[in-house]
Amino acid sequence: MSLEIKALHAQIPGREILKGLNLTINPGEVHAIMGPNGSGKSTLSKVLCGHDDYEVTSGEVLLDGENILDMAVDARSRAGLFLAFQYPHEIPGVSNANFLRAALKARLPKGEDIDAVRFYKQLYARMDQLEMDRSFTSRSVNEGFSGGEKKRNEILQLMMLEPKYAILDETDSGLDIDALKIVSRGVNAMRSENRGFLVITHYQRLLNYIQPDIVHVLKDGRIVKTGGKELSLELEERGYDWVTDESLATAA
Amino acid sequence: MVTAPDNDISDIKVDNVGDFTFPERNKYDSGFGITDKTVDFIADVKNDPDWIREFRHKALKIFQDKPMPTHWATKDLENIKFDEFRYYLSDGQKPKRSWDDVPEDVKKTFDRLGIPEQERKFLAGVEAQYDSEAAYSNIKAAVEEQGVIFVNSTEGLHKHPEIFRKWFGKVIPTGDNKFSALNSAVFSGGSFIYVPPGVKVKHPLQAYFRINSEQFGQFERTLIIADEGAEVMYMEGCTAPKFETATLHSAVVELVAMKGAKIQYVTVQNWSSNVFNLVTKRGIAHEDAEVRWIDCNIGSRLTMKYPGVIMKGKRARGEVISIALANSGQHQDTGAKMVHAADDTTSNVISKSISIGQGRSTYRGLVHIPKHLKGCKNNTECDALLINSNSHTDTYPAISVRGNQHSTQHEASVSQVSADQIFYLMQRGLTEAEAMSLSVNGFINDLAKEFPMEYSVELKRLIDLEMEGSVG
Repeated sequence: MSLEIKALHAQIPGREILKGLNLTINPGEVHAIMGPNGSGKSTLSKVLCGHDDYEVTSGEVLLDGENILDMAVDARSRAGLFLAFQYPHEIPGVSNANFLRAALKARLPKGEDIDAVRFYKQLYARMDQLEMDRSFTSRSVNEGFSGGEKKRNEILQLMMLEPKYAILDETDSGLDIDALKIVSRGVNAMRSENRGFLVITHYQRLLNYIQPDIVHVLKDGRIVKTGGKELSLELEERGYDWVTDESLATAA
Repeated sequence: MVTAPDNDISDIKVDNVGDFTFPERNKYDSGFGITDKTVDFIADVKNDPDWIREFRHKALKIFQDKPMPTHWATKDLENIKFDEFRYYLSDGQKPKRSWDDVPEDVKKTFDRLGIPEQERKFLAGVEAQYDSEAAYSNIKAAVEEQGVIFVNSTEGLHKHPEIFRKWFGKVIPTGDNKFSALNSAVFSGGSFIYVPPGVKVKHPLQAYFRINSEQFGQFERTLIIADEGAEVMYMEGCTAPKFETATLHSAVVELVAMKGAKIQYVTVQNWSSNVFNLVTKRGIAHEDAEVRWIDCNIGSRLTMKYPGVIMKGKRARGEVISIALANSGQHQDTGAKMVHAADDTTSNVISKSISIGQGRSTYRGLVHIPKHLKGCKNNTECDALLINSNSHTDTYPAISVRGNQHSTQHEASVSQVSADQIFYLMQRGLTEAEAMSLSVNGFINDLAKEFPMEYSVELKRLIDLEMEGSVG
């Protein structure tokens, strides 16, 4: 049981972005990926979820042993993969509650519906954890939300959908310190031995609140260094330039 | 499409609920094409009084003389081959008051469309038309006792000539357009409703129009009169099977709201994509009266429909709320006409269109406020949603406001359901069809609330079906 990324190559027309990326996330682990701008962090999250702007040219992604690269975006989601978006989309006219109900219903056998009473009970409990006002249930998804509210809403969806593997793409961007604490508290509440996390971030700040087990440095489409929590502190202090590609060094 | 055998209709498996048909068993068939003989055939079968027979013949002449309006409308109209339709088909039976008496295949048809069930649940009366004539017509006793008349147009003409004749053809003159003339020549079926002064009909009256036969044109004619201070809501639904050949539907609907009366007319149409749907709808609102069109157009090959309100009395109000959904191979050419003819009249038009794939939506709006009036107000909002880059939308507002004592407001917007929005929704586990359906339902959400609950559920279901059909 794990999310295994093996020698993954992916490109947009004319440019390869992921160049043989290897990474294994076991349930119960929190991995952080750090890296300079343009290293391929956001591309990785979208490729894993099946965004069709990117073409996978070789490699495998196994979710608990099943290759998900041939699966459609929605099937990957239902298989247990969740992405907290860096820029969550607005869905005019669709209330948050209806959206979540539709997403939960999509996980049930055809013709079955969710129990509305239990749904709202759980929704309100999760919203309380994220200090979200109840009015957010009836507001259109992300429409007119502040940056921080959008990120909280992403974590709310994570909490309701309870995925096996969650990717957080720059969830800290645009958050003030109070919002960052609330969002992190939500994520930490979801940490469990049955769930793996991949936290993508540019800054070490987030990792003070969501403590990673393993930290990777992504550079030019590859993981070039892996270490413990202390690696993120070192990156914060020294930047990315000093990191050389260990895999290349070994090969040489 | 499925031809239903004699056995149980539940054996039929089709994606679209309206896409099935039964074998024809018509006693009266006008044959192909439209001539004076066709008109006489219909007048004979229907036992028309002389003035109606004359009215039909005059209308036929106008229809034949009027050119197709292709100087402003789509050239697709030229593909209508009037010689290849039959203009009247019926089994020669009178409409039944009980579903048990309705012929078995007709009853199965309406059962499948859910009409008897809806009637039990929330309707004050139902008329169910099958090809040219009503097969079933019933009004709840309590409503009838209030003096409300709800019958088909033939019965209205024969039994209530004093009301019928006064208003028939007065709101929409025969020569209004080529298709109103066609309807006037061969009309059959449709509802005649009269609500006496002060009577407020609590539950909606409903008509359902079903086309069963191939190469056929349906031409119902509806006339609704709400007398002083009366209120009524009328709803219509319609379906047809998908034939290889074209089907023609050309209705005329006239509404008269007397002083202080209120008429709401709700349409949820779900025509199959071979139907030319060319309908003329207009209401007159007298002093302090209100006419409201709530119009939802799904399906058909081409729909041309611009519900209108003539605000004839002071403080009259007119409203058109419309939702149009054009999938690939479909053109929804819809809009509204608001004619202000008295002081302090108010009109409101809210139109939302959705174009999918190659689908095309056109909005045409006319607002007319003459110079000699004062205190008139119009608000027009028209929003288009495009799904997939091939979709097409046009807006042709024509607002003629003279004088400076009025207020008008016009807003238009075009938005896209972007690939990223669909990706976001699919990342949460929704299929592509579910993602599109949710986006579309979000877009029309504020308007769908205007529909009676049962109809907004139906609307959502129809949108789900359309979306399922539109993704590979």
